[in-house]
Amino acid sequence: MKKLIRSFPLKVIALLILVIVSCILFLTYQTYGNWDFALSLRSGKLIAFVLVGIATSFATITFQTLTHNQFLTPNILGLDSLYTLVQTTIFFFFNGKQLLGSESVATFLLTIAIMVIFSVLLANFLLRKGQNNLFLLLMVGIILATLLNSITTFLQVAMNPNEFDALQTKLFASFNNINSQYFPIAAIIILILVIFLWFKSLTLDVLHLGDDQATNLGINIPSLQFSLLVVISSLIGVSTALVGPITFLGFIVANISYHFIGTYHHRQLFIGGSLIAIFLLIFGEFIVEQVFKLNTPLSSVIEFTGGIYFIGKVIYERKNG
Amino acid sequence: MKKIVWALILIVLIWGSLFAGASPISLKQLVNGNSQQQLIFLTTRIPRTISLIIAGATLSICGLIMQHLTQNKFVSPGSAGTTDSARLGIVIVMLFFPNAPLLFRSFIAFLFAFMGTILFIYLINFLAAKNKLMIPLIGVMFGNIFGSIATFFAYQFNLIQNMTSWLQGNFSTVMKGNYELIYLTLPLLLITYLLAYQFTIVGMGEDITKNLGLNYQFIQLIGLAIVALANTLILIMVGNIPFLGIIIPNLISIHYRDYIKNTLLLTATTGSAFLLICDIIARSIIAPYEVPVSVVVGILGSLIFLSLLLRKEPL
Repeated sequence: MKKLIRSFPLKVIALLILVIVSCILFLTYQTYGNWDFALSLRSGKLIAFVLVGIATSFATITFQTLTHNQFLTPNILGLDSLYTLVQTTIFFFFNGKQLLGSESVATFLLTIAIMVIFSVLLANFLLRKGQNNLFLLLMVGIILATLLNSITTFLQVAMNPNEFDALQTKLFASFNNINSQYFPIAAIIILILVIFLWFKSLTLDVLHLGDDQATNLGINIPSLQFSLLVVISSLIGVSTALVGPITFLGFIVANISYHFIGTYHHRQLFIGGSLIAIFLLIFGEFIVEQVFKLNTPLSSVIEFTGGIYFIGKVIYERKNG
Repeated sequence: MKKIVWALILIVLIWGSLFAGASPISLKQLVNGNSQQQLIFLTTRIPRTISLIIAGATLSICGLIMQHLTQNKFVSPGSAGTTDSARLGIVIVMLFFPNAPLLFRSFIAFLFAFMGTILFIYLINFLAAKNKLMIPLIGVMFGNIFGSIATFFAYQFNLIQNMTSWLQGNFSTVMKGNYELIYLTLPLLLITYLLAYQFTIVGMGEDITKNLGLNYQFIQLIGLAIVALANTLILIMVGNIPFLGIIIPNLISIHYRDYIKNTLLLTATTGSAFLLICDIIARSIIAPYEVPVSVVVGILGSLIFLSLLLRKEPL
């Protein structure tokens, strides 16, 4: 029996069933006969959740292996704020309305490219400075997020108000305002990056042993770190572009996956993590929207739970570590 | 000598704050009795400058007290749940007593801020932290939890825009007739000054405080109440201003150490000066429009905070 519980395929099947059931519930519950309308509205959200769930869990798990730390996530270090800042800056310095037209995909790619460059610099700087001091790193991340957000607000305030109004709904995504125009390109980017990470996952398993051990086993750590950071920040960029920043989703998902899957094998963690993330997003949205009939976006519920989980984990590690 | 230079700098800043703005005002016209300019000067410029001075001083003093009470250089009302629980209180008031007078609203918000801060102190007493940064970090997360509860209610009852605009630190709405509540912080600052010895001693730890014959819990409670009340008043009158309570006391204590009686006035005036500078920048950078001052403080403050954190010599 114990072996059965531990077996990975069974867990995946269980998760898959959960995901499918919640999908069906989410799509069909109380459509009031307006099946077409509800379907088109909800399937957009569903696609976004699937993409964001996959991107977030791959990015966070990889990031945590890279930093050897289960508290850090790219979002907590402020990478999503960086995306918003780069995006706002581009629209600030170029004529925003023109960019919204046919070239929006190109702008999207440009934003991601610039963000990747900066986030690699940033992550290198942070990880070098705070290598042995987790709390310093986290604190710096939080302040950095405030800094980036303040600059973003500044640019938004300084923008021509009419332009800002036109841009706001199209640009600044949130759970209530999902950016469906980016679905195809986001799906392609995520697919490519996920395949890359899939092939790198055996190397990640080795990296999990520690930097020194991995070097001994023949892994070129600096170049691996660089390529992984590029991938991670692109994934976070795509996810932020679709639904806006969600600080704690990655943290929750990665930590649940470690417990539930109970392995260091990255392939299993990736699959399990993605399914958990998708399930949490869809089921969470279903509960929030349909069962409790709340206007509150799911993201604020995630922040709430994530904050409690985070404090709990800090306290737990403190007591046992 | 130093004091004279410092006083001169303050006077220049106050002068700048009084005469900077969308509508040009000259001293000559004021004296000559240009009634329109006089009106602007009396109803907006003077109240604005006064509230900037008071808010800057209050927030830095609050930070200073919090740092002594928790014996941690990185704790301030913003990173101890005070501000966020006050925000929750404000949302609750908006929901249940939308037409209540301002004093009543402030009182409820104060109650929330006070309870939130005490809860935080209670929480960190559990954690004998080896790492100094852990406490502010937990404080920020703790604040986030309160913040998301507030956001939750705000969304639920369509108050989100109201709340965001209200709590964005901004002095452009300060006007004669709606800012006077801020004067209530002055007696609080006076009490702080009178209790400076006690706070310094509490800052040395519970054991030393008790050895010296003081009631640790009582002084801590008074300190928290002052901080919660003063912070709530500033939050309601001008909104949230990030990091001020951390960076100013730290900048001062790097040079002048931790004896509160000596540093209190300097901390207060530096806070005022910093906020005055930020507000002048906020008013002039996209003139004739304005940037919320919290944004300017957020940018400058986080840069200073980062450099404090990453200093070679730890605080």
